[in-house]
Amino acid sequence: MILSLKDVSVRLSGLHILQGISFDVAASGITVLLGRNGVGKTTTLRAILGLAPATGSLTFEGQSIAGQRTHRLVQSGLGYVPEDRCVFAGLTVAENLRLAALREPNYDLVFELFPVLKQRLSQTAGSLSGGQQQMLSLGRVLLNSHKLLLVDEPTKGLAPKVVTEVAVALELVSQRVPVLLVEQNLAVVRRLAADAVVLASGRVAWTGSATTLLGDASLTKSLLGVGH
Amino acid sequence: MSTIVLLAITGLGLAALYFLVASGLSLVFGLADVLNFAHGLFLSIGAYGTWWAYPHVGFVAAVAFGVVVGALAAVLVELVLIRPLYKRTIEQVLVTVGLSLAGVALLQATFGADARPFPRPQWTQHVLSIGGALVPVDRILLIVAALGVLGALLGFLRWTRYGLIVRAGVENREMVTALGIDVRKAFTLVFAIGGAAAALAGALGGVYLGSISPTTGASLLIFAFIVVVIGGMGSVIGSAVAAVAVGLLQQFVNYYSTGMGDICVVALLAVVLLVRPGGLTRRTA
Ligand SMILES: Nc1ncnc2c1ncn2[C@@H]1O[C@H](COP(=O)(O)OP(=O)(O)OP(=O)(O)O)[C@@H](O)[C@H]1O
Ligand SMILES: [Mg+2]
Repeated sequence: MILSLKDVSVRLSGLHILQGISFDVAASGITVLLGRNGVGKTTTLRAILGLAPATGSLTFEGQSIAGQRTHRLVQSGLGYVPEDRCVFAGLTVAENLRLAALREPNYDLVFELFPVLKQRLSQTAGSLSGGQQQMLSLGRVLLNSHKLLLVDEPTKGLAPKVVTEVAVALELVSQRVPVLLVEQNLAVVRRLAADAVVLASGRVAWTGSATTLLGDASLTKSLLGVGH
Repeated sequence: MSTIVLLAITGLGLAALYFLVASGLSLVFGLADVLNFAHGLFLSIGAYGTWWAYPHVGFVAAVAFGVVVGALAAVLVELVLIRPLYKRTIEQVLVTVGLSLAGVALLQATFGADARPFPRPQWTQHVLSIGGALVPVDRILLIVAALGVLGALLGFLRWTRYGLIVRAGVENREMVTALGIDVRKAFTLVFAIGGAAAALAGALGGVYLGSISPTTGASLLIFAFIVVVIGGMGSVIGSAVAAVAVGLLQQFVNYYSTGMGDICVVALLAVVLLVRPGGLTRRTA
């Protein structure tokens, strides 16, 4: 395990969003974080990165990271692909990548995974399509050799063909670096994830293998509120 | 015709002064969300620094001294007063308003409350004949300095790593930190740049106005804030365009109907806010 949360709580504007959650992220492959809308998945990732005020214990590679500043955590190996991409719309694709490049950036890998970025280096990121923006957001992080990636709903709002492209890229990436993934698309989860952590009402409601979870229709329905 | 040319160039000189103050204010607000009411103090420090150094070292070195002192003051203010209060807007406003009042009091205690004649080297008092009008060189000097600062700022924003960080930070500061970048270093740098530009405005504005008093900075700051809002928070080009609009409007209206200039500037502000609430532009560079 590379990341471990113990009894992590987050309060936002007086609301107790996360009420003492504990789970581990495996040192390889993809761990998926699931739960209904608004349950606190994004907040969990933000708490890990120090972007949301959290109490409790957070351990990354055996070291406590609670209270550390965000840019230091990222420099020490945590990569973040936020929900809604958050590319810098007024900057070009090249500038977005240049900004994100830390030590020894690997442009070849990024352009191999997403050739479209190479063709559009001088275009502003705001004028890219949603799928291209997602690739840029992923590419920004893949430039660097991180030790763990936190990826928040990378397929949200994308056309089916682009969803597949992004899933393929994530699958390749996860062979080099472990990923904590928030994902609502269960077909993508089924294809990628080894472990699953399900949040409900501010707590961890279930942990186990993703295959077991998705293989059990009634369990899936009661935890995620979706049938299939 | 010659009156119009003279009014236009004088208005542009005023615009240059506004731009030098507003550009730093705008970048600081755009990047760090800090409304710095003490920004006028940097102008006064630059002016008094130049005034103090002039008898010892000559004009150019005195201006350089004023600019350096203004930049250092800005860095000090950022590190000591603003940094502990990031994201606490109300406290920041209180602290910077307090600092600007305290700064005026300190300048009064040190240099006296009355306006002091500002050193004007001979060559700044020459007049050039432009389009039939006799234009004092001090205005041209301000305009050239402002254009130089505009060019340098745009170059900084477009071609340097810190400029890239500033442009990205104006869009989404949190995301910049989430890419592993210490955005606070960029805050300090932007404060230093803003302080230097304001101090330059103080030095050259002193030459243009002929005197300085402890309250010069605070009164110019009001128009600089208007320029920032009209131009769009965080936009250097917006500040430049808005400064020209405000400077020319003020100069022309005041010439043809004394005292109405300031009212027209406020009216312009109201119109821009109604039509484009975000200001003329939202882009940094
Ligand atoms: N700054 C904030 N202040 C107050 N409440 C907040 C804040 N940010 C998020 N919340 C609330 O926290 C809860 C969890 O939000 P979060 O974004 O983590 O959910 P999520 O699981 O990622 O949802 P989704 O699947 O829709 O992305 C929501 O009810 C949200 O309204
Ligand atoms: Mg979310």
